[in-house]
Amino acid sequence: MPTVLYALNAALQNALASDERVVIMGEDILDPYGGAFKVTRGLSDSFPDRVITTPISEAGIVGIAAGMALRGLLPVVEIMFGDFITLIADQVINHAAKFRWMYNDQVRVPIVIRTPMGGRRGYGPTHSQTMEKFFIGVPGLRVLAPNTFSDPGDLLSKAIFEDNDPVLFIENKLLYLNTIHDSNRLSEFEFFEQTPEPNFYHHSKHNGTIADLSNNYAPTCMLSLRDAPPPVLTIAAYGYISEFAYQAALNLAYEYEVFTELVYPTQLSPCDMGAILSSTKRTGRLLVVEEGTHNLGWGAEVIAQTAENLGSRLLSARRIAALNLPIPASGPLEEAVLPGIEHIIQAAQKMV
Amino acid sequence: MLYFTAMSDDNTLYEDLLRIRRFEEAVLDNFPKGVFFGTTHTYLGQEANAVGVLDDIHSGDIVFSNHRGHGHFLAYGGDIRSLFAELMGKTTGVCGGRGGSQHLQWQNFYSNGVQGGIIPIATGMALAEKRKYSDAIVIAFMGDGTLGEGVVYEALNMASLWQAPILFVLENNRIAQTTPIEMAVAGDISARFKAFNIMVRELDSSDVKEILPVAAELIAEVRSLKSPRTLILNTYRFGPHSKGDDIRDKHEIDQLRVERDPILIHAHRLDSNHKEAIELKVEKYIQEAFNQALADPLPDASKALTGSINHQ
Repeated sequence: MPTVLYALNAALQNALASDERVVIMGEDILDPYGGAFKVTRGLSDSFPDRVITTPISEAGIVGIAAGMALRGLLPVVEIMFGDFITLIADQVINHAAKFRWMYNDQVRVPIVIRTPMGGRRGYGPTHSQTMEKFFIGVPGLRVLAPNTFSDPGDLLSKAIFEDNDPVLFIENKLLYLNTIHDSNRLSEFEFFEQTPEPNFYHHSKHNGTIADLSNNYAPTCMLSLRDAPPPVLTIAAYGYISEFAYQAALNLAYEYEVFTELVYPTQLSPCDMGAILSSTKRTGRLLVVEEGTHNLGWGAEVIAQTAENLGSRLLSARRIAALNLPIPASGPLEEAVLPGIEHIIQAAQKMV
Repeated sequence: MLYFTAMSDDNTLYEDLLRIRRFEEAVLDNFPKGVFFGTTHTYLGQEANAVGVLDDIHSGDIVFSNHRGHGHFLAYGGDIRSLFAELMGKTTGVCGGRGGSQHLQWQNFYSNGVQGGIIPIATGMALAEKRKYSDAIVIAFMGDGTLGEGVVYEALNMASLWQAPILFVLENNRIAQTTPIEMAVAGDISARFKAFNIMVRELDSSDVKEILPVAAELIAEVRSLKSPRTLILNTYRFGPHSKGDDIRDKHEIDQLRVERDPILIHAHRLDSNHKEAIELKVEKYIQEAFNQALADPLPDASKALTGSINHQ
């Protein structure tokens, strides 16, 4: 199976090749450099007119992309480091994500904003954060985060072509060089990939009609150990930290005989709860793992919605997340601030 | 270079100016009655800018307006009843009551209430039209107060780098809400645009017939050369920023109303019969539009808030 980097790059290549409306913008994305994390490598050589390197103007680029989208193009913007999405907040929240609703459904803004997030690279407090918690819950904005258990390239393609509304696409930096899991080879696990049924009929943008935001195309993966006793704990995670949860689940099963079910949504906002709720109904316990700071984040919302839905059937719930601190540059300090496999194992043991 | 434009006749221009004037007066007069939601920013005194700039645009041209956008909307050809209805939060409003005064979208007209944020979006629209090889250009309105927003300069930089077909219209009314320009804008305004290699024309006039040909010339250049231009219009607003927040000297405004009223300046060109006929027509039309909007239904929240975007 390919790496995440390869899959994302191929998705962008295919997008440019298949539709002239696709325009890719970002800082330092031209060949031979090909972008800070090389996701755009090779694109400008193939499509010099539609791969645009920009000044260091994150808000301006997103605004320009939104304007292009309002007038019929399909722009994809790269923000070089996810930490810089603070700079695009007004353009996303008060402009791109708001236009469709406040203009009474008379317009669409099909932009995709891709950005690498996350730590463990030693980049320090302003180049290592997990910032999507500040954008989840924004009405009119879809926030996606791929992992290695479903195809990130497919998710990106769908965000570009099947979504007529703004998408923030979160790529954890440590995912790039990881290989996408082949679900047929996850031999120890039962594997389900679930894409919620669309609530409304859906037309592709290609034939000129409107894809509805309520059409949820982002998959959620569920994994539980094959031929094992029923799981007693649901572990929900997204993005790169899904790998940690996966390692922890194996360890919990083989070392401690604690059997878990893993649930990995790729859509963070609007909050995709279907698989998390159905799993937690079976297990009664929910552990939520995220790399962002602990308080007031995705995990808090997931647990709140689960508690509201399950009532007393939710026996216990916990969060694993980063400490409520900036990310230090020094290796041992950074490791101490961010959540690790051991934290998941310890929390799980306390819950069952 | 001389550009010939199909300039509207004096009677039409007078009617266009007066429609905006009477609309804004009706808004301010009726606000205390509680018929409108929120607040408003009126265009009183600046009418010649919108009418002059938008007189000769093509049907595909795009206008991006700001918080003080009623005049732009009406000069673009927007419907008076729909605008009243939008301010009243009615289903028949420009955006069904979702947007209100500052958030309008109709045909190729857009407005938003956050200062400066529209400038990169308008630039992106212009770049999209250029990429599509369309004939359309963008006209983006901003005020002197907007010059404090950093994203404006990001957009000017990229508009020039990538030669966006856009006309920036800066209406300098010398005051941002209650802050006079001397306390908010350092240096030279036109130099800001020139620094990005964007050609600037500047006028100090409230005469629609002075503004119109200069705007038409710039629009023709933007369209034919696919390149950005700026028109700085030194202007005066007669009303408060919104409703009751004017701290300026009343005598100063009274003097401006004598010297710089676009309606009075242009009225001299009409014979009194035509002038009176237009005034009666506009008066009647505004009153009818207001009454219609008032009678229009408010949205049913149980139906209007579902369906179109996902709830979180």
